[in-house]
Amino acid sequence: MITAEQKPIQEIIQYIAPYSRILLVGCNECVTVCAAGGRKEVGLLASALHLSHLKQGKNIDIREITLERQCDPEYVEELAPYIDGVDAVVSMACGCGVQTIAGRFKKTPVFPAVNTRFMGASLSQGVWAERCKGCGDCVLGITGGVCPVARCSKHLFNGPCGGTSHGQCEVSQDIDCAWRLIWERLKELGLESRYEELMEAKDWRPGGAGGPGTIIREDLA
Amino acid sequence: MEHFEPEIVAFCCHYCAYTAADMAGSKRISYPSNVKIIRVPCSGKVDAIHLMKALEKGADGVYVAGCLAGDCHFKNGNVRAEARVNRVKKMLTELGWEPDRVAMFNMSAGMGEAFARIAKEFTETIQKLGPSPVKTGAVNQAAS
Ligand code: SF4
Ligand code: SF4
Repeated sequence: MITAEQKPIQEIIQYIAPYSRILLVGCNECVTVCAAGGRKEVGLLASALHLSHLKQGKNIDIREITLERQCDPEYVEELAPYIDGVDAVVSMACGCGVQTIAGRFKKTPVFPAVNTRFMGASLSQGVWAERCKGCGDCVLGITGGVCPVARCSKHLFNGPCGGTSHGQCEVSQDIDCAWRLIWERLKELGLESRYEELMEAKDWRPGGAGGPGTIIREDLA
Repeated sequence: MEHFEPEIVAFCCHYCAYTAADMAGSKRISYPSNVKIIRVPCSGKVDAIHLMKALEKGADGVYVAGCLAGDCHFKNGNVRAEARVNRVKKMLTELGWEPDRVAMFNMSAGMGEAFARIAKEFTETIQKLGPSPVKTGAVNQAAS
């Protein structure tokens, strides 16, 4: 899923300083699971913004709403009845949600309340780690199920590099060397020979280097 | 400055602090009437939003009282409650509020004295901090 973290509250306060009627919009999907922008976080941020204003003896009108998905026009349409009654929208979804709202409501400013971080998996309650960079041509089938793009700090395809030490990455001792993990997993699978096969230079175009990606499914579109 | 009687909300776990408050009562140990108790089935039931809403509505201080370490009836509700209190403290700091307006305390059901002492000490802490920014903000705005 897509992970995110709430922005520093002062940054959000600055964004909305010129406005007095705010539509605060959460999303029920990824950002709910990573506790960054679901219904609960919408309530908490609204409360924090109220506290900030009350301290200055001011009031702010905040309407809270959490959409099923903020990256689908059908759900974003649910904001239409409220949009004329607000000065600005604050979105707690990932960047995809923010942009879907911005694209639909041209005259109302939209501000992000979270920093979108990465595509990751949950390791345990409250802990998420980056696992995929959306490279567009998945090689997990030949790397023993360990991603060399997301988990090797240098995105090497024929690692490890010379910096690997005691199985850890030279960038930080807290990072497992992806190529150590790949080797261990291949050994477990009895596929050590695969490690000897050199991988060709990767075509990065499907993963973003070729411009923004688009998927068009003729059968659905 | 005129005398200030703070309004304090205490979320008390049914299995420990709430019973401790009862114990204080039956032992005739007095504690400040400023403390308004809300009984919860476990301190872990108290979410960050409950603390924030209490402050928003004008409470001068809020605390959560849960079981002693390792004694939670639901395993780790008290640990979770403490983490939430700390999160709210951090948020308050970022907002320019005094983080000491919220606190977490641990006690067992038999600790009536401790309940009364904590209620008294927290009330004193809040008295030192003064009225909630919600109240002072409104007053300042009206005066300006
Ligand atoms: S190889 Fe590419 S698609 Fe597969 S997990 Fe890694 S980044 Fe994602
Ligand atoms: S030490 Fe390992 S993870 Fe770090 S850059 Fe080198 S190959 Fe990649």
